[in-house]
Amino acid sequence: MAVDIIVCAKQVPDPEGPPSSFEVNEAERRVTARGIPPVINPFDENALETAIRIKEATGAAITLLSLGKGLSRAVILKAVAAGADSSLLVEDDAFDAALLDSFTTAHLLAGAISKAGPYDLILCGRQAADTNAGMVGLILAQFLGVPAITLAQKVEVSEGRVVVERVLPDGYEVVEAPLPALVTVSGEVGDLRYPSLQAIKAAKGFPQTALGRADLDLNLPALARLETVALAIPSRERRCALVEGDTLQEAGRKLALLLRQEKVL
Amino acid sequence: MTQPKGIYVLAEINDSQNPTSLTLELLGLGKKLASDMGTTLGAVILGSDITAAAQSVSRCGTDEVLVLDDPVLGTYDPEVFCEVLGGLLKSRLPLILLSGHTSMGQDLLPRLACELEAALVTDCVGLRAEGGEILFTRPVYGGNALATQKARTETVMATVRARVGDAPAAAETAGVVTRVQAAPVAASRLEFKGREVMVFKECPLEEAPVVVSGGRGIGGEEGFAQLRELAGLLGGAVGASRPPVDSGWAPTTCQVGITGKVVAPDIYVAVALSGSTQHLSGMGESGKIVAVNKDPDAYIFKVSDYGVVGDWKQVIPAFTTALREIIQE
Ligand SMILES: Cc1cc2nc3c(=O)[nH]c(=O)nc-3n(C[C@H](O)[C@H](O)[C@H](O)COP(=O)(O)OP(=O)(O)OC[C@H]3O[C@@H](n4cnc5c(N)ncnc54)[C@H](O)[C@@H]3O)c2cc1C
Repeated sequence: MAVDIIVCAKQVPDPEGPPSSFEVNEAERRVTARGIPPVINPFDENALETAIRIKEATGAAITLLSLGKGLSRAVILKAVAAGADSSLLVEDDAFDAALLDSFTTAHLLAGAISKAGPYDLILCGRQAADTNAGMVGLILAQFLGVPAITLAQKVEVSEGRVVVERVLPDGYEVVEAPLPALVTVSGEVGDLRYPSLQAIKAAKGFPQTALGRADLDLNLPALARLETVALAIPSRERRCALVEGDTLQEAGRKLALLLRQEKVL
Repeated sequence: MTQPKGIYVLAEINDSQNPTSLTLELLGLGKKLASDMGTTLGAVILGSDITAAAQSVSRCGTDEVLVLDDPVLGTYDPEVFCEVLGGLLKSRLPLILLSGHTSMGQDLLPRLACELEAALVTDCVGLRAEGGEILFTRPVYGGNALATQKARTETVMATVRARVGDAPAAAETAGVVTRVQAAPVAASRLEFKGREVMVFKECPLEEAPVVVSGGRGIGGEEGFAQLRELAGLLGGAVGASRPPVDSGWAPTTCQVGITGKVVAPDIYVAVALSGSTQHLSGMGESGKIVAVNKDPDAYIFKVSDYGVVGDWKQVIPAFTTALREIIQE
């Protein structure tokens, strides 16, 4: 049975970029990424990889859904080429994903999904690398009225049901739900595959739908439940006593002695 | 709905029927916030056969403990928990509901926030009362910035990390324990088909006084065996950054960081890991941080108290031997 899968994918500044590339503007309460490219949130990539594996196993049509402001087309194209069939872009200057709270984002995504037609499965990353909140997937499921399972390390679809291995602090559990359902995906799934150049070329012709603010008739300011009142750079730098020796073995020994001397041990 | 009042802590209990250490910290934190805001502190506890646990929570500075004790609550099913807890809290809307940023807290609170139309702040590392409002601090951008947020709704919920609050001193009087009958719940749409859990021989990472963590530069499982020897010597546990976990050199349960465990041992030994913000987010509050890395410019040295620049394969065996001698003395 081929299923219709929507993968929610947020664009974020590359979270592996060095700390110096995240410029924290305390006055304007916003972080500006300098010199690092936007990427698909890594956990959303895990979600897309999961969708592609389902497609290979049992057949699926995958729609990549991305919401934001000034979405990079190159990033979308590369993700679609990895194995999606179409994309749905929800874009507006007001949809700055870094500034919307989780409830607003989930409202907008629910609005877009209801315009997109029927679906069987929605996959989201467990949390976004910028806001780090881990809420949108679950709230979206509540808004859409579908069951939700979080933290998947493996997802299979069979006979109208989704079967999920859900990560626990000390292992995993197996949870099933009837479709349509929403699943949030964890890093244990593994990395998104790279598309071939040929696939990237082909993906340029895949259907793309664009929605804007006017298509989603929502009173944005009224939706937000949280407000950011301050933004600061965390101070965690310490003064490091470097231990040296003629050989590294000696340095290792001296480190042990120093730790005892200073009563750290 | 009723006028919201009081601060409530969603209590979690461990295998020996006691509140978890994080629950105790939340009760301590809740007590402080309640006194700053001139309101009461309550706890809510869900489970099956939890009379003893409810009693011990009642002795932790709470004014009231609401107990939902029912066989259907014996294991966590988010749909059942959300419905039962949502039903209870709708009739006693809290100003603030605090939960640990635990497996259950992360899964349940977003659902509950929808049910109660409340705001939710996840992964809090700081909470304080100011001008009658609560301000929540949480890391964003992988820990590169700290955001302070407040709610626009009357009721706000939060999931809070370990070691943000301090466990309360033993209270002289116990709070009132109220057993609440769980309303009959609609059948859950989820079906639980079993679990696969690991049994730990070592002490749990979050409670270890010493954590020895390895990074990508450890290069394989054999390296982790050496770190385990060092950790064992110090009565500690082994942690890891993400790459060793992704490569299967260390179990997932070892991962420290924003998507792993949050630890704050007395001593954190960081071996062959660079100190990414995502990793620091999970161990930055440690007492003393010791780094071994062959790259003198590795960021980890900027956030450490002690360091050796060099190949860990040379440094760690000598360090371990010297420590063993010191301990034997
Ligand atoms: C959304 C998201 C969430 C994440 N969550 C986490 C998380 O929870 N925890 C986490 O740790 N990471 C997390 N990461 C990954 C994180 O960004 C870094 O990629 C990771 O922490 C790097 O691990 P590392 O320091 O071991 O590896 P590297 O950065 O590659 O550093 C390896 C270090 O080892 C040193 N080295 C190599 N060989 C030797 C040797 N022989 N002797 C001494 N030193 C040596 C090198 O000099 C280098 O400094 C997350 C990333 C994202 C995007």
